[in-house]
Amino acid sequence: MSRDDRKPRKPPGLSRRSFIKGAGAVAAAAGLVRVRPASAGEKRLPAGVVEKLGPEAATIELNINGKPATLEIEPRVTLLNALREHLGLTGTKLVCDRGACGACTVHLDGKPVTSCMVLAIDARGHQITTIEGLGTPSNMHPVQAAFVETDALQCGFCTPGMVMSVAAALERNPAATTDEIKHATAGNICRCGTYPHVFAAALRAVKPEPARSARSVRVAKDA
Amino acid sequence: MSRRVTLTLGFAGNTRYATVVIPDDEPTPWQWGERLSVVGKPMARVDGPLKAAGAARYTYDIELPGMLYGAILRSPWPHARIRDIDLSAAQHLDGVRAVLALEDREIRFAGQEVAAVAAVSSELADDALKLIKVDYQTMRFVLNMDRAMSDSAPRVFGSGSNVGKTSTSSVGDVARGLELAANTTEATYTTPVQTHVCLETHGAVASFNPAGDRLTVWCSTQGVFSVRDDLAVYFSLPPDNVRVVCEFLGGGFGSKFGATPEMIVAARLARAAGVPVKVMLPRGDEHRSTGNRPNSEQKVKLGVDRDGKLTAIDLVARGSGGIGGGAGSAAPFKSVYRCANIRTEERNIYTNAGPASPMRAPGWPQGCFALELAMDEMAKKARIDRLEFRRLNNDNPVRAAEYEIGARAFGWAEKNSSPKSSGAIKRGVGVASAQWHAVGVSGPEAQVIAHRDGGVEVRVGTQDIGTGTRTILAIVAAEELGLPVDRVKSEIGDTRFLFSVPSGGSLTAPSNTPAVRQAAAHLKDKLFRIAAPILGAEPDDLETSDGFIRVRTNPSRALAFADVCKRIPGDSISAQGERVPNYAGFRTDQAGCQFAEVEVDTETGIVRVTHVVAVHDAGRIIDPLTARSQVNGGILMGIGFALFEDRRMDPQLGIMVNPTMDDYKLPGSLDVPRIDVTFFEVANGITNTGVMGLGEVSHVASTAAIACAVYDAIGVPVRSLPITPDRVLAALGHA
Repeated sequence: MSRDDRKPRKPPGLSRRSFIKGAGAVAAAAGLVRVRPASAGEKRLPAGVVEKLGPEAATIELNINGKPATLEIEPRVTLLNALREHLGLTGTKLVCDRGACGACTVHLDGKPVTSCMVLAIDARGHQITTIEGLGTPSNMHPVQAAFVETDALQCGFCTPGMVMSVAAALERNPAATTDEIKHATAGNICRCGTYPHVFAAALRAVKPEPARSARSVRVAKDA
Repeated sequence: MSRRVTLTLGFAGNTRYATVVIPDDEPTPWQWGERLSVVGKPMARVDGPLKAAGAARYTYDIELPGMLYGAILRSPWPHARIRDIDLSAAQHLDGVRAVLALEDREIRFAGQEVAAVAAVSSELADDALKLIKVDYQTMRFVLNMDRAMSDSAPRVFGSGSNVGKTSTSSVGDVARGLELAANTTEATYTTPVQTHVCLETHGAVASFNPAGDRLTVWCSTQGVFSVRDDLAVYFSLPPDNVRVVCEFLGGGFGSKFGATPEMIVAARLARAAGVPVKVMLPRGDEHRSTGNRPNSEQKVKLGVDRDGKLTAIDLVARGSGGIGGGAGSAAPFKSVYRCANIRTEERNIYTNAGPASPMRAPGWPQGCFALELAMDEMAKKARIDRLEFRRLNNDNPVRAAEYEIGARAFGWAEKNSSPKSSGAIKRGVGVASAQWHAVGVSGPEAQVIAHRDGGVEVRVGTQDIGTGTRTILAIVAAEELGLPVDRVKSEIGDTRFLFSVPSGGSLTAPSNTPAVRQAAAHLKDKLFRIAAPILGAEPDDLETSDGFIRVRTNPSRALAFADVCKRIPGDSISAQGERVPNYAGFRTDQAGCQFAEVEVDTETGIVRVTHVVAVHDAGRIIDPLTARSQVNGGILMGIGFALFEDRRMDPQLGIMVNPTMDDYKLPGSLDVPRIDVTFFEVANGITNTGVMGLGEVSHVASTAAIACAVYDAIGVPVRSLPITPDRVLAALGHA
């Protein structure tokens, strides 16, 4: 009998991701107890006092794109799901659900993070910037405009995360080289293979060329 | 009814005239060398700002009032019978609104749909799945092709054989061709299962009207009309009662045709719950259940005479598309190189794994890899330069020209003759031939509308899989109407528009652009009839350019396009166009070739692709900017297939062990080589636009060229993909 046609022994085990989520669920069932690092502008809990949240939905406040947002969410909800399913900010995409592809990249205090790996409650007290906060179709951030001009997007599903990674890299170093951009986007997977144009977009955002009349960039209306 | 038009066919240095018969109302095809105002100039895609700002609305982003989140329970077992399903605990969970047991009680792969739920949040839907109790009677399963073909193997489909129909083809006499050969090679090449990894997973949002007789589905699809027809049949509704919408699609690559199980599940849950339901698959399900490129095992024999001409090509291939079919790879063997004696035999073997679906040039990348690496092994044995060997056996004049362009751009002569480094890192080069046949089909119809405000709208029931469909349709309409592209808005992805074909086979551009052009020409005729009396001319004497309608013989007598539109009676004026059947033109195939350079670290076995030159013909290029993106993408996906991607199955459990985006390795930014793309313009004379598709032809040869370059670098062929470090080291005898 070959190895592959004997009776299977047991169903698939836990994945790393389901372990994280499962652990969250167990904690939630017990009432989540967490000590969170206080950040600037937040009320510090007195020493030795811990915060209890859950399992039921709790009211939290997040600072998103410069505005406060109040949400009622279960403590297990990721920042990504809070943005998409609770705040209607659907520009940030879920793709791999384990921090491997970068499609859900947002800025937390200016640094790129994968929002599928951050719980919404842990984002309290931080400045969160999403793709919607970077610019809008009619008022694009220079990186977004450069993506359009160099065609650094195809199906467009990785694009918000890719833009956020490039924008953060240029924020860190406005004169970033292509090599630095390659490393900055190494965690962003694009299945359409748009990377070469992403590098071109980053270079153009560094040194914007005057707009060319032959290039008509038109803003389509959302149907 | 019809008229005769003389067209120039061919390519620079090789043109001829031909007369074609076209319908009367078909615009005169754009001619070879004709100066066009917006076609052929780089244009940023019109929906780029929406995508770059995260405002493009994909299926995954659709939120409807009262919408529930659906989730699907899947079998953990590769082969089982379901004795019983207990849904009660899931049904009683607060927030759960619908629970379904799916009818199929025979499980044939780990990942097959078993049951589904709809709940008020995605987290709750996942909780509910965990409460469904399924009593499985597990059975023996089979993954390995040798085992699947043996008499004692478990049957994937009950009493049916695991061996699908054998497809054979034969020209001449291969046995005789091998006898005549001065040199022969014989080897076996294997390729793994590759998954599509669409970034937007498969899924849908479905909504029934209260009466339950009208269904609207937003879904991630390559064919809104094919989904509509499938859903109409499934739910016994007239097709007009089903509306399918796909404004934006996060990748398809061949895996998103027709109504897929998750679309049907979303609609059934929506009907059961009485509110809209969204079902988007988790990443693991996307890898396991929504399609893949089948694996292959290809036994190749080649024979060559003393002059370097092929005397025999023989292929015996098999592959497994899991519970699906389509594991063929013979096409390149039959059509890329000239040979009097060709025999191919291909079999699809059924195994207990997720079903195959079409993937970017089905069968070609795997066939090209085996054929081209065998060609290099043959060339080495026969001591012929590898490019010369291909030239000698090529009878396509387009490809012959492309070899020369590519060789120059790549620096083949120098790179191929430079000595290998004496250090650990070896450099190698390879070349491979591409082929496809994206001339498009008749069927699509287009509507072009001029509004009183001077704006123009194009409406077609096609979709954009990422290639820039909206943009090229707007460019074509703008060209015909003499307008800047930003005056034209393209609307696609809705079965409320006129019919179009699915976006597969690189059909979208060549099938839709001629329909749009014809519709724009018809609209122009209507506008000419409005403008003619004002300009004191006959409609036939008018033309459009630079946003004006002018008298041809006296261009200063002109009216602004927008001013003509102000005289439209009513709100707007519209015209339709259809895609007429292909004319008898130049060639219906596309050639193309790619050159690759790699560096192989002989101490670690790591392969790095450093340079790729791609030369492709796709008729007339509408937008070189988006066209280039497609070619980059074809090459990058080829790098993934060559070096990284491999769906691994656990032989003990029958499950995919790497259904993630970290364990299933994909090419990333650090794997990108220098890429140089040349479009070789060919006047094909097949439609009024002369456009051909690029999505597939740009992917066909990439993997093969890389594999050939690795062989050149290390002197030993690695005949199994992906070319991982362990395989390189094993080939070098270091393992």
